[in-house]
Amino acid sequence: MKRYLAGTASALAVMSWLAGSALAGTIVINADTSDPAPKQAMEEVIAGFKEAHPDVEVELNIFDHEGYKTSIRNFLTADAPDIALWYAGNRMAPYVNAGLFEDVSDVWADNSLDETLKSAAASMTMDGKKWGVPYTYYQWGIYYRKDIFAELGIEPPKTWDEFLAACATIKEAGKAPIAIGTKALWPTGGWFDYLNLRVNGYEFHMELTGGEVPYTDDRVKAVFERWAELVEPGYFVQNHAALDWQDALPLLVQGEAAMYLIGNFAVAPLREAGLTDDQLGFMQFPEITPGIPMAEDAPTDTMHIPANAKNKEDAKKFLAYLAQADVQSKINATLGQLPVNNQSDVPEDAFLGAGFDMLSNAYALAQFYDRDAVAEMAKAGMEGFQEFMVKPDRADAILERLEKIRGRAHK
Amino acid sequence: MFPKPIEQAAPATRFGYNIALPVALILWLLPLLGVMMTSIKPAADLTAGNYFGLPSSIALVDNYTAVFENSPIGQYIWNSFKVTIPTVIGTIALSTLTGFALAVYGFRANLLVFFMFVAGNFVPFQILMVPVRDLTLNLGLYDTTMGLILFHVAFQTGFCTLFMRNFIKALPHELIESARVEGVSEFRIFWYIVLPLMRPAIAALAVLIFTFIWNDYFWATVLVQGSHALPVTAGLYSLNGQWVAAWHLISAGSIVAALPPVIMFFLMQRHFIAGLTLGATKG
Amino acid sequence: MATSVAVGDTSQVKKNWWKANQRRLAPWIFLAPGVFMFLLYVIFPIFESMWISFYDWDGIGDATWIGWDNYIELFDDDAFYVSLKNNVIWLVLYMLAVPAGLLIAIFLNQNVTGIRLYKSLFFFPFVISQVVVGLIFAWFYAPNFGLLTKILAGLGLGDIAILADERFVTYGIIAAGLWPQIAYCMILYLTGLNNVSPDQIEAARLDGAKSWRMLWYVIIPQLRPATFIAVVVTIIGALRSFDLISIMTDGGPYGSSRVLSFYMYEQALSEYGFRMGYGAAIAVILFLIMMLFITGFIWKMINDERGVR
Repeated sequence: MKRYLAGTASALAVMSWLAGSALAGTIVINADTSDPAPKQAMEEVIAGFKEAHPDVEVELNIFDHEGYKTSIRNFLTADAPDIALWYAGNRMAPYVNAGLFEDVSDVWADNSLDETLKSAAASMTMDGKKWGVPYTYYQWGIYYRKDIFAELGIEPPKTWDEFLAACATIKEAGKAPIAIGTKALWPTGGWFDYLNLRVNGYEFHMELTGGEVPYTDDRVKAVFERWAELVEPGYFVQNHAALDWQDALPLLVQGEAAMYLIGNFAVAPLREAGLTDDQLGFMQFPEITPGIPMAEDAPTDTMHIPANAKNKEDAKKFLAYLAQADVQSKINATLGQLPVNNQSDVPEDAFLGAGFDMLSNAYALAQFYDRDAVAEMAKAGMEGFQEFMVKPDRADAILERLEKIRGRAHK
Repeated sequence: MFPKPIEQAAPATRFGYNIALPVALILWLLPLLGVMMTSIKPAADLTAGNYFGLPSSIALVDNYTAVFENSPIGQYIWNSFKVTIPTVIGTIALSTLTGFALAVYGFRANLLVFFMFVAGNFVPFQILMVPVRDLTLNLGLYDTTMGLILFHVAFQTGFCTLFMRNFIKALPHELIESARVEGVSEFRIFWYIVLPLMRPAIAALAVLIFTFIWNDYFWATVLVQGSHALPVTAGLYSLNGQWVAAWHLISAGSIVAALPPVIMFFLMQRHFIAGLTLGATKG
Repeated sequence: MATSVAVGDTSQVKKNWWKANQRRLAPWIFLAPGVFMFLLYVIFPIFESMWISFYDWDGIGDATWIGWDNYIELFDDDAFYVSLKNNVIWLVLYMLAVPAGLLIAIFLNQNVTGIRLYKSLFFFPFVISQVVVGLIFAWFYAPNFGLLTKILAGLGLGDIAILADERFVTYGIIAAGLWPQIAYCMILYLTGLNNVSPDQIEAARLDGAKSWRMLWYVIIPQLRPATFIAVVVTIIGALRSFDLISIMTDGGPYGSSRVLSFYMYEQALSEYGFRMGYGAAIAVILFLIMMLFITGFIWKMINDERGVR
């Protein structure tokens, strides 16, 4: 019932605001927080903000998480809210380039965010300006079944050879070494990112996703060769193209698969499905080319002020509030993710602790394939990765196709 | 009658036919029956791998209340009505007028206008997508039920005009002629003479349009985004994203979404089929 | 009858002018609202799309005129050919709905008790939204536990994930689409069969025509109007196929189940699609394909209209 009421309430909010009754001192927030934890976190931030600024009213419109990704471009032009949730990196480029996001460099300057949000500053900067405020990020890595590893006598692999050996052992034991669901395409991006970061390193990865290097480069082919070492022996679960990322979770829970390269958001549903922290472990993606500094994927979620917002003044107050150390500690405790502000507390949780240590020592952080690459390339790229994971023998044809699309997407 | 009436056939054939009928029906509706069965299964059956056996207990009430409680499907259904009913009224209003004009008057552009409606009606509507979306944005109707209604009314007018025009053409023209001789104005002829005779056509179209619009998915995704205006078809799609693998909920939601047009069909079957098969008998 | 309606006072000149001209003007007044809406929402947008297809436009910023570039790119785009190929497969296989509908109609054209209910239940799939049909079939095809998978496994064919296999995915979706389409054709033929002239059947029977010859030489010719409509709606249905693809596979795996209408949406408005101009160009191609058929239909209808007069 709660959800239904929330839907109706937000519907009413939208209608009254469409009617043009937005009062001075009201900010409207459009959010994609349809899942329980993010929704609660969002509500807490708003409650806290209202306490700090009793003169400002806040209206929250919650959208379906996936639907939001296509809705945003419409409401940014048609009926812009005062705050919109989005993602860092190239994912925000279309809106920045189209002049739909407001320059918020002043919010950064006034609150010395360059200091406190340092780690995400680069991914929020385009044309030398800041376009939003990051509030949370999370690690990617390999979640694995400790008990299965112990049973089969496997140590968490640190190098590629160890990793391959571990896969072989698990496969021999009649289990799928690696769980994945590629139906929604993006889970393939995690594999490509990590293989490329480990084979060629961060700089090359950024050049490639930035469109500066051809996909037919030998270094990209080398990535696919490593990848084929997993695909060809059948180390990924069968029929992964028919599964969503959530569909692959039960495989890990039931012990049919032993490892899963995924973001930290998978921990909550895995625990809910009954895995204890004694069964579930986390490890960094193993080293491939020795000596290449280890960079990690750590997607950052952000909030922005649309250029067409009606109440930018109060919206900026909200962003400043959102950047505070104590606020970020609180949101992320609810989200089960990591605060971007380096003065914030990291929530007490085994996986977040491990993630925080890993990311603090990381050489550099990438956003994620579909946030680092431009939209057209991201879509075609992940489609190619999925095809490769089903038909590894087509690697060359796939890379040539991607190269063709790169040529178009980066004219 | 073709084929030969089965009553005239040998008893064995008759018996065979009476067996074949229900068997064929069950095979035909197999996917649907499976989904109905799933929708009354408790979640535990699905995790335990009992996908096809009989449900261990009937969770009909549980599943269906769960669908209404933890999703805005009630709101979606309400939105569907808010889109469908005004569209039906608007389309019928416009198309009785256009149908009358094209059936009764022999002006020069008549066929041209008529074929504009017919051809427009066959167009792949993807070609309209980008401009109609822009138009709706510019009218300030994006993400409202009104935006959807206006488009649906306009597009369905094409099909309905074809229907209404052919229907009126089949009415006896002498009725109109004799009224004219007596000096009745054209508007009164439409209102008092032709309109009352069009009741069956209006009923048939109303049922048909109701079903088409209720089941529309494409335009709902293009013109609407938030749950305050999303019809149940598009709503179901987004719920499908949230209920991954919760097939008992997806099934129950699907059945709820399908129910209104199904009820409409069974209540108004005669009109529905009359509308659908117009032209299937005469050449 | 309403002929007793008072004609009213006729003294005014204005009114006389109206009386004299009303038969010329009335049709346009009746047509105005419908034609206005149809032009605004259907006819102009067709031309607007053609216009947009010459631009590079992300739908939010400024558009740049690029001439034929979108089309040039299109003809060098693998995904376009995959979509086009799938469209052809859809067109061809969707046509199976016509004979299948006829067969079921013949099967059901009897007068046994309860046959009306049977007819309604056979027709049932057509009333259900394609979204629901898509979900039903997605469940039917689901790997590991889907009903079809179980049946195939029972036949010893192993575990095939229909919707994740590029070889089967389009056929799987078409099968789902055929389900309601066959129901539609069936109802058209049932109505048609009702109107077949009994005299001719009797005459043919007396001549000793057997069932199949009778069907081919006597019945099917008389069902021509039903066949025409069945073919028209099936072609349109096949070219418009979008809902099922969106619901069941979202074009996947790796784009192998796309058709033009879906690819167009994907390029213009989907999560990663920002190319309105390119999408419009795809739509224009689809429109041209459809135009071939529309011209055919209209040609036939014009001939029919002439025939009536």
